[in-house]
Amino acid sequence: MYTLSNRLKIVSLALIVVGAILWGTGYYTSHHVTQDDVKIMLAEEASHGGHGDAHAVADTHATESVAHGDAHATNDHANAGHTEVDHGDAHAEHVMHQIHNRPYSALYIAAFFFMMIALGALAFYAIQQAAQAGWSPLLFRVMEGITYYLLPGALIVVAIAVISGDHIFVWMNPDMVNPESADYDKLVAGKSGWLNTTGFVIRALIFITGWSVYRYFSRKFSLAQDDAPAGDTRYFVKNFRISAAFLVFFLYTESMMSWDWIMSVDPHWFSTLFGWYVLAGMLVCAVTVMAMITIYLKSKGLLPNVNNSHIHDLAKFMFGFSIFWTYLWFSQFMLIWYSNIPEEVTYFITRIEDYNLPFFGMVAMNFLFPLLLLMNSDFKRVSWFVIMAGVVILAGHYIDIFNMIMPATVGDRWFIGMPEIGAVLLFAGLFMFIVFYAISKQSLVPKGNPFIKESENFHY
Amino acid sequence: MEASKVIHAIYNDDDVLMNAVKQVKAAKYHIDEVYTPFPVHGLDKAMGLAPTRLAICAFMYGCVGLTVATLMMNFIMIEDWPQDIGGKPSFSYLENMPAFVPIMFELTVFFAAHLMVITFYLRSKMWPFKNAENPDPRTTDDHFLMEISVTGNQNELESLLGQTGAVEINIVDKAH
Repeated sequence: MYTLSNRLKIVSLALIVVGAILWGTGYYTSHHVTQDDVKIMLAEEASHGGHGDAHAVADTHATESVAHGDAHATNDHANAGHTEVDHGDAHAEHVMHQIHNRPYSALYIAAFFFMMIALGALAFYAIQQAAQAGWSPLLFRVMEGITYYLLPGALIVVAIAVISGDHIFVWMNPDMVNPESADYDKLVAGKSGWLNTTGFVIRALIFITGWSVYRYFSRKFSLAQDDAPAGDTRYFVKNFRISAAFLVFFLYTESMMSWDWIMSVDPHWFSTLFGWYVLAGMLVCAVTVMAMITIYLKSKGLLPNVNNSHIHDLAKFMFGFSIFWTYLWFSQFMLIWYSNIPEEVTYFITRIEDYNLPFFGMVAMNFLFPLLLLMNSDFKRVSWFVIMAGVVILAGHYIDIFNMIMPATVGDRWFIGMPEIGAVLLFAGLFMFIVFYAISKQSLVPKGNPFIKESENFHY
Repeated sequence: MEASKVIHAIYNDDDVLMNAVKQVKAAKYHIDEVYTPFPVHGLDKAMGLAPTRLAICAFMYGCVGLTVATLMMNFIMIEDWPQDIGGKPSFSYLENMPAFVPIMFELTVFFAAHLMVITFYLRSKMWPFKNAENPDPRTTDDHFLMEISVTGNQNELESLLGQTGAVEINIVDKAH
């Protein structure tokens, strides 16, 4: 039986507070950026762009105009960097929106990242139940602890999405579907049958309800099985049935969730294997977090029956799902790169041009690194090795989500700074607190599970 | 001169065989060979055999395959005749790499798999017209056979094997 230590409470609270302060500062600074500030900034950037002699001159002008606070002078200087006056204004407004979008996106990415760990863990748990796996029952309480974050985490994601509105999802702007408006977008209007805020919320609530109901009953049956008399496997059989049914529901809803919550940030773009791609990343992260928490609890002596064969199996799943993720990443990228259809390929052009390092860096972190580190069978049994590989995999998949959301909302105005780090710390603290609270509520060994004996003697 | 006599102890159950192997090892006898009709889990550990390095070989063969694929396509597609085929950028290997990845992957797997299998055949001395080295045909069906060279006290060894549950103990003169 695990008890939530005071130190862990303090650490998670500190993470939440520090994260909230960092994110709040980032939000405050970016929301005080006006169109005029942006024009100064653009003028400076244009002068840094290689005008040679003009460099020093433009710099002094820019400083001067800031000092005088003269909007007219600023306008002139900003326009000097561009050929057309109108274009300069439109561009400055666009950049201002991008800067304003950044803290919303940063918060959304971090919220989604931790939600998807819990969702992936729920899917993995259901697979273990439905497959009647003999090795994993010892880890069921850990998995159930992680999935406890799903309900609050998913509600937070949807709340952020709805509150942010067109800061993240441009189609939530009613002007885009209004033929009278200057912002009217025929493509978005054509998709408004699916992409409308009411539908988004209703679908999200259906997904979350379905997942949570399964989670609730599965946990309930799992605990009830502990108290069942010897030889009575009624609850185990019930759990098996609802797990199989849930997996069918999950595959449909996960796919639709990935269109709604991620793919629709680029409403002009679509990809058919996107749901699988998100699923693969989700499963890697979930198994990695499972391995990390298991190793942590084992190091405290709370899981005495977990041996290094269990760790080896989890590390094999980390390795396998990493390869699977790469396979889907590459399949999506290569098919679009190869055919090079303009309507599809812009998605990757923006990412390669503006996000070169994160885009290719994450492939190294999510593929090359686990491939070379986790290939050796002996390494997969070494706890600190699994933890180190896990840290890189989690960071890599955070950047994966970052690469999916940011190019659509902030474009080339991205940076991993205060709002991003703050949001990650905030949700990391929340995740830690909720997960360890759930783990502390029940005995760590599901003793009534008919496979528990096999799991205890598991040896590979 | 090396001993030319060997003892064949025959068992009819893999659990009995495992225990026998442990007892014979504990009595410090050297087991020459064990013949079984199917893989017995843990037998290699009980006999104290060194772990296989076949996986390391496979990894290196895979690296060779990847190198072959890369050098081959770089020469053909980029250096020798950099044609414009459907607008694909053939200026450098990296620019056109996504199109080469399927081949790079397949050749890596091809080399790793086939060369590893051939290595296995060579190391275990298996080929089509090889004479079978089976001391007793029953070991391919339902019997297990442990072979030990007779170097010291033959009676002592025989009684030890008798205690381990051997159903049959034969002394065989091995022609060297």
